[in-house]
Amino acid sequence: MLKAKHQTGLVFFPAFDWAISPTHPEREERLLYTQDQVFEEGLFDIEGISEFKPDPVTLKDIQRVHFCVPDVWHVTTESHFISAGGAKTIGMAVLDRQIKRGFALVRPPGHHAMRVVHGARGFCNINIEAIMIEYLREAYGIEKVAIVDTDCHHGDGTQDIYWHDPETLFISIHQDGRTLYPGSGFPNELGGPNAVGKTLNIPLPPNTSEEGFLYTAEHVIMPILEDFKPDIIINSAGQDNHYTDPITNMNFSAQGYANLTSILNPDIAVLEGGYSIEGALPYVNLGIVLALAGIDYTNVKEPNYDPDRIRQAPAVTDMIEKIGETVLTIWQQKEYIRNQIMEKADPGNRNRNIFYDTDGIQESQHEQIQICSDCAGALRIDSTSSRGVHILAVHIPRKACDACKQTGYTWYESADPDDFDIIFIQDRTEDHYLERKGK
Amino acid sequence: MIIGLDVGGTHTDVVLLDDNGLEKEIKVLTDPSNLFNSVLTGLNEITSGIDPKNISRIVLSTTLSTNAIVQKKIPAVGMIVSSGPGIDPDFYRTNAYYFPVSGSIDHRGREIEPIDHDEINHIAEHLQKEGIRYVGVVGKFSIRNPAHELQIQAILNGSFEKIFMGHRISGSLNFSRRIATTFLNAAVYPIHKEFYEAVQRSLEAKGLVLPIRLLKADGGNMRFESSIEFPAQTILSGPSASVMGAVAFGTEDEDTLVMDIGGTTTDMALLINRAPVLNPLGIGLGGYKTLIRSLETLSIGLGGDSAVKLIEGKLEVGPERLGPAMAYGGQVPTPTDALFITGDIKDGDKDKSKNGLKPLAKIHGISVEALAHQIIDITCQNILTAAQNLIDRINSKPVYTVHELQEGYLVRPKNILVLGGPAPYFARHLEKLCAYSIRVVPNWQVANAIGAALARTTCEVIFFADTERRVAEAPEENFSQQIDSNYDRTGAQQHAFELLRDKAIQRGANPDFLEMEVVEALQFNMVRGFNTTGKNIRVKVQVKPGLIHEYDHVIAKLSQ
Ligand SMILES: [Zn+2]
Ligand SMILES: [Zn+2]
Repeated sequence: MLKAKHQTGLVFFPAFDWAISPTHPEREERLLYTQDQVFEEGLFDIEGISEFKPDPVTLKDIQRVHFCVPDVWHVTTESHFISAGGAKTIGMAVLDRQIKRGFALVRPPGHHAMRVVHGARGFCNINIEAIMIEYLREAYGIEKVAIVDTDCHHGDGTQDIYWHDPETLFISIHQDGRTLYPGSGFPNELGGPNAVGKTLNIPLPPNTSEEGFLYTAEHVIMPILEDFKPDIIINSAGQDNHYTDPITNMNFSAQGYANLTSILNPDIAVLEGGYSIEGALPYVNLGIVLALAGIDYTNVKEPNYDPDRIRQAPAVTDMIEKIGETVLTIWQQKEYIRNQIMEKADPGNRNRNIFYDTDGIQESQHEQIQICSDCAGALRIDSTSSRGVHILAVHIPRKACDACKQTGYTWYESADPDDFDIIFIQDRTEDHYLERKGK
Repeated sequence: MIIGLDVGGTHTDVVLLDDNGLEKEIKVLTDPSNLFNSVLTGLNEITSGIDPKNISRIVLSTTLSTNAIVQKKIPAVGMIVSSGPGIDPDFYRTNAYYFPVSGSIDHRGREIEPIDHDEINHIAEHLQKEGIRYVGVVGKFSIRNPAHELQIQAILNGSFEKIFMGHRISGSLNFSRRIATTFLNAAVYPIHKEFYEAVQRSLEAKGLVLPIRLLKADGGNMRFESSIEFPAQTILSGPSASVMGAVAFGTEDEDTLVMDIGGTTTDMALLINRAPVLNPLGIGLGGYKTLIRSLETLSIGLGGDSAVKLIEGKLEVGPERLGPAMAYGGQVPTPTDALFITGDIKDGDKDKSKNGLKPLAKIHGISVEALAHQIIDITCQNILTAAQNLIDRINSKPVYTVHELQEGYLVRPKNILVLGGPAPYFARHLEKLCAYSIRVVPNWQVANAIGAALARTTCEVIFFADTERRVAEAPEENFSQQIDSNYDRTGAQQHAFELLRDKAIQRGANPDFLEMEVVEALQFNMVRGFNTTGKNIRVKVQVKPGLIHEYDHVIAKLSQ
């Protein structure tokens, strides 16, 4: 009799009636063959594996994380509410101790969605992991969270949302940004001045295969996680590192993903990308679920799997070891690095241009963080999109000190409605969200 | 005239219906060690004095295959299982002669690895040497391409009495259930065949020459000849007989809960606009999870004869039954005894009930009457909690489209129909504890046999088309056809309906009253690179479970 070692929960929501466009990689067909494999293998019949129906998130759940321009309805569809709801449902089941581990096998994905949302980037509109995490923090009082993003693309949206949060450790492992969208995710992106070292980027060279990923997980990610001691570990489980993925250049496998899951041992996994819908996803998803449940997965293999054919070159191995050392050093010397950053002129300000490739929008942002040793700091974002919308967004963090909270409200209240189309404030100390329309 | 017969644990109920409604009803004691005798006695009694020529339909619901499986009174069977990559097929082992073999088919139905003929020959020799006569052959994804199962069958052919192939058993995905279901079919085959052939012979000897029909777990029937290929579909038909007996009295356009309150258990099901809700996958029995279509039911160990006990100062009812009620000479107090004390039931020895409850009432420090009310309340409350669990289970069924998640139907019953032995006595008490309106099914003591008699012939067809591979297939129906790139969901639906119609008629449905419906119809564009390379179409159609139409006037009479 097949039995899971760990009670494992799944939300499976393939959104069979939703696509970005008929031939887009993010289309109805994406999880069709995964469903076939999951059903044929009888995963939900295994004792200790249960399936949950997703409860859509609420407007408030989204506004707790995002500033949606002009509003939530314009930048989301029902499918986004359900996909984020799938992650939330799983998160609740884990914290309610109904299950030990959970996997939200949902679409559409979310890890390219940043705090300000003018539209869709990298097939993402809202950040489903962040919405889940902030809900869980609000409802269950969890504090330290680690997110390990193993999607092939840099999780720039999640990085942006947690850039200033010292209680969230965000580690992204991805194909080198010089060779792949979104072009970011280098080791020198390591968090804002109040959270230096709590963002860690591990870019891997193209053609990294099983040994490179597993080496990085064991020798770089795990020691850092052990040191950080999170209350909960989230895995943004993108599957586009697979050797058959059509839009990336890595050489990972179903066996590799299952092993990676065993090593990371996340409380919650959330599906992100992965577009080899026939050759990879059915097998990778099966491997991940079995690994989470603690069931033997050694026989889970793609039909054309040949570990020798995808083995990485020695030069690739060298590069991976070097980048691993760099990241470990950053982690160990984060205090020292912070001091260096503070010596720069204006460490609390940054200007950025953000491109929304899916919707073809260009955003220009000026961001100001209150440098604070008592809290994550009040955050002020002045953002203009190429659609001509100009907004001001103020974020007061969960554990804001009185001074930072005061600063946040002063920014919000003193903003001139003549200058902005919308003025927002997210006060996480009160779980409040307010907005004022400009003229 | 039609006959319905339902074998229960204690009684076998038989009814004879004609244009005037319920013409005759009979209860005979079930002899578990000789079911054949119980069935025949029932049929003999119901037909005595009736001209066999007037009988047009006989439907039987028995516990034959259920008992055989639960009591493990089944012959040795050989299982040959071709898995390919994935979960180790050894986890799905059903029996001793279980052989995982090479060969692999993927989710689209493409061959990944061929079968090994020598390996199969070897196993065949071994099975023959062991004297095995029934074999099941199952491949992963065989419902997308049955080639390997067919090849293995061709090798085995001639050496065994009967070979069951997984793709003919069900069109649903689920390898482990396909294995279990194929095994169960092979295992009950000889018992099933022998039993009903004997029943048929006995009826013929009485001049009753008509195809007998057998009730299935999904609340429909099929002819005995068709059941030879799927004998396991007759397991657990008992609860479906009761539900079908209540169907006619469900409220139109509303949801209705059905509760069959028996001596040991209470079985529940749900009707939506007079159609029973089906379980999406299949029934479980004796540790086997199967692909056998069934009603969505929930059973609890609580009934009129459940033992009442005081555990750590707390009154508990069930789940075990330790004999009949004390009013009928039993040793342990039961809810039935409580119903005697409250005056609901009158035809037994009320004093025995009273004396039986006295010691418990004393420990509890209350009067016997108050205790009786407590027992009834607890019983009713537990039944209502279980009913809520069934509703929640149906409503929390996962769905896979945005549309279904938003617009999906949520059941909200307002009515309960009760049947079974103590049903009318509980009805009044149940009503006090809940907001449902409660009605007792007319002829509640034999409603199960009436349900068996009036149930339709049901079946389903699962249809699959892949325009990139240019095939339309329903392997369960032995259907495969070349298609062109213009083939679409409408065409698939039409094809599926044609197959369903033929299948239903062959199994005994009346072609003039076929109520067919689409359960699922999905079409996906397959895109490879930036080009649409084909369509992937999945269609599931079924004969809607319900009662036979041509007897509407009989049903109308029953409610009078
Ligand atoms: Zn990706
Ligand atoms: Zn502060």
